[in-house]
This record gives sequence, C-alpha cells and structure tokens, in this order.
Amino acid sequence: MEKKWYEKNGKDGSVVISTRIRLARNLEEFPFPARCSDDLRVRIAEKVKDAVLNSGSVISPRFSCIDVDNIPMGERVSLVERHLVSPEFISEKGTKSLLLLDDESVSIMVNEEDHVRLQVMCEGFDLDRAYEQASRIDTLLDERLKFAFSDTLGYLTQCPTNLGTGMRASVMLHLPALTEAKIMRKMGENLSKLGITVRGAYGEGSEPAADLYQISNQITLGISEKTAIENLRSITKQLIAQELSYREKLSPRIEIQDKIYRAQGILKSARLIDCAEAQKLLSRVRFGITTGLITDMDLESVNRLFVEIQPATLMQSTGKELTASERDAVRANLIRSAGNAH
Amino acid sequence: MLCQKCKKNQANTHVKQIINGKLTEMDLCSDCAAKMGFTTSFGSFPNIADMMSGFLGMPTMNALADEVKCGGCGATFSQISKSGKVGCAKCYETFYDRLLPSIKRIHGNTVHTGKRLRTARLKSGEGETPAAVREDKSELETLQEQLRSAVNAQEFEQAAALRDRINELKFRSKNEKNDSSVGEA
Ligand SMILES: [Zn+2]
Ligand SMILES: [Zn+2]
Repeated sequence: MEKKWYEKNGKDGSVVISTRIRLARNLEEFPFPARCSDDLRVRIAEKVKDAVLNSGSVISPRFSCIDVDNIPMGERVSLVERHLVSPEFISEKGTKSLLLLDDESVSIMVNEEDHVRLQVMCEGFDLDRAYEQASRIDTLLDERLKFAFSDTLGYLTQCPTNLGTGMRASVMLHLPALTEAKIMRKMGENLSKLGITVRGAYGEGSEPAADLYQISNQITLGISEKTAIENLRSITKQLIAQELSYREKLSPRIEIQDKIYRAQGILKSARLIDCAEAQKLLSRVRFGITTGLITDMDLESVNRLFVEIQPATLMQSTGKELTASERDAVRANLIRSAGNAH
Repeated sequence: MLCQKCKKNQANTHVKQIINGKLTEMDLCSDCAAKMGFTTSFGSFPNIADMMSGFLGMPTMNALADEVKCGGCGATFSQISKSGKVGCAKCYETFYDRLLPSIKRIHGNTVHTGKRLRTARLKSGEGETPAAVREDKSELETLQEQLRSAVNAQEFEQAAALRDRINELKFRSKNEKNDSSVGEA
C-alpha cells in the first residue's frame, strides 16, 4: 500500500510538514445538519456514500466507509490524532460517517457541521496539488449531489463564516527557531490582521507541544480560491525564509546544540516517555536534522512519529488497550527503533 | 460560568479538542478562545450568535422576525440568530437582508468570486445595488494592492497598518448601509 502523507517528507520539508485543503458543501435538497432528523441524516449519508463509491473516478474503489458512531472511542480519537476528522465530528453521535481513501490523503466527513466536509492532505508544501485534487472530487460529487449554491453568496453553509468558496487552505509548519526566538505570538497577531489564522497543531493552541503550527485563510467570501491560496503561499514562503534564517543564527549557539543533543540522547535511551515530552524532544531532534547536527535519523521518521506516538493511535497500532505507563513503554520503544534503523 | 483558562472572564465559547488521547471539552471566554486559535478555526465561530442577535437589537423587530418562517425548513430569523446556525439553503434567500450585515462583518465582502460550476438555482440578493460599494472600491483596491506588495516585501508592520485601514474602510461603508436600513425600518 502507498505510504501515508505523514510517513513522507515533501516539498520544503525542513519547515512544512503538510498541506491541507478543506471544502464545506451541502446538499441543496436537504436542510442543514442542525435541522435534519435522524431519517434525513441516514438518507444524506447513503447518498454521499453512493456518490463517492460510484463516482466513476479512478480513486473511487480505494475509498472505504467508516460508520463513526459505531466504532470504539479510541478509534474515533485516533481519527482526530491522524488529522482526518475534527474533534467536533467525534464528540456527538448523529449518523456521522467518514469516507476515507486508503492512503488517508482524502477524507470526507458526512453530517458534520455541513453535510459534506471534503479534505485533501499531502506531505510538504503543495497547495496547488491539494487544491486541484479537492476541486476535482468536488466537481464529480456535485454532479450527483447538487451542492447548495447561490450566485451572490457562493456555496451555502450552515455557518455564515464558511460562505463563498467554503474553503480552508492550511499548511502545518515546524517553527522551532521562531518559537525559541519568542516571536510567534507577535507573528500570530500580525498574520491575523492579514486574514491568516495561526494555531498550534498539537496540544493546547497557545503553546504548541512540538513547535508545530497550522496556518490557514480566514475569509471565504469575496476572495477566490486562487487568491486565498496565493496569499497563504506568499506568507508561508516568508515564514519558511524567516524560520531558516533563525535556525542558521541559533544553531551555532552552544545552548541550542546542548538542547538538541540532549533531546537525541533521551530519545535514544528512554524506556518510558509520555507523549508531550516525546513531542517536545522530537521537535528539537527535527531542528537538529535540518541543521546537520543530527545525521542518524531522518525527517520522514520524525514526521511519522509525531502522528504515531499519540495515545489513541499508539493503542490502535498495537491492537489493544494499554495503561498510560504501558503506552509510555511502547512509545519509548517505537522511538528507539526508529533511531536504530539508520 | 467563568472561563476555564483565565478564570476571570465570563465563558461564552465551548470548545472541543483531543488532549493526551482524550476528547476534552472546555468553556472559554472569547479572548482565551481567540488566543488559542479557536474563533476562526474551520466551522466554529463562537460569537456568531451574539453577532447576529446584536443586529436584531430592537424588540419590535424581533417580534416581526418571528412571523416569517423559511419556506424550506421552517426556521425563523430569531432561531437562526440564537443558534448561529442557518437552517437551510433557502434561508439565505428568505432572510438575505437580515443576514447580510453579519455576513459583511465576517468577510468584509458580500459577493462570491470563486468557483462556479453552473448557474445557481437559488437566487439571493437580487435587490442589492452595488453602487455604494463601487464608490469605495477604487480606494479599497489601491489599499489592497499596497497590502499585497507590503506582504511580498515582508513588511509585516506596514501590512498590518494597511489591513487596519482596509477594515476601517469596509466597516465604514457597512455602517452607512446599516444606518440607511434602520431608517427604512
Ligand atoms: Zn479566559
Ligand atoms: Zn431554511
């Protein structure tokens, strides 16, 4: 099977982990989800499933349909950890279903805040590729599902914040040097004035655990997909340049090198490690790899570990329920073996 | 209820996230929610209900609003403004005039310029005259151009200042529109 996006290292991979496009769509003939009865939700889920599986596209046989209401909570949480669905999607039942492509690059949430939330993810910095694929699937689905659209307001959504294109484009950035230099807060404020949202990709928003940030467009009405993507691209390029110049400035410092090599030492020898500590140390190791200080681990392994060491995903891959300390042991093992592979 | 983060302000935003393998729900004030990046995350705009009911203001308008029901889903405008959720596609047609101020406040725009697969079956906003908008446009466009080049030149400070002026301009033209619509009512 093809590698998943989080197992790969893509364009501008020293800073950009992944690119994501999400489109919000609704079926014209049904009320928006909050006003749908269970019967209607079932009908919507069936229609969307049928449209995806029988769209005639080459990728349609590669989709599977997950009945999210009826899988264990652990599996549901793992879907969020793997960035496939939103926390809102798994928090309440209501004929929630997920159509998932085998390599996890395309996921379609049904009966979330809108009838259809289509997401395309890819490794590295590749907004055009992600958007083209999302738009292609959107166009195919529209033929069968007839998405609600108005000439003036564009795609119609349950919440007016998503009107127009219904599109959120985002990139996940690893910014250890800008975080170390303590300029991310100020940067976030400036970017928000430019219509760009910055938030932590893991952990609690304001202090992202692994120096990973998700940046995305705020406005969807009155700005075309192309312009929104151009804006995001130009800002991302500048963040990449700034991050790299700060890395160059910081990495000769002995305090920074000490942090990086200590992180490597702990990850190589720990027998128990919790998720937050592992993420923090992996971030430093990643910084070390991109500045040439660490050579016995690669970016692909670190990217993969960021996703795989999370509690629910860890349990899913071992196939059993584990206590917190059992997880810490499995996690430490997983990280050590990734380091030894080189 | 107090905000669970700062424990000072009143909480008005309910957020959900995964922390350490568990689905965690929190009640936050809008400041803390914004700091944590929640206000504009995909699909959740916690203050939208406040925003919409703010535009409803007068009780007489409220009573009037309750009389009209959307032909598509039966929602009234006060139900929509209370929940922050629009009922169905047809609601945008039925309540177009009343939704427009919040739409403009959120996006700074009211007209879609992106992907278009076909001529829409639904029509909304036919009565709108974009003349007032057009007057402002040249100044707005100039500022937006300056903003783009400031961004390209990495002059974030200047870009932020330009953005403020653009927002101000948009806000002003929106207010003028609001005033006139209140006058009509
Ligand atoms: Zn607070
Ligand atoms: Zn309706």
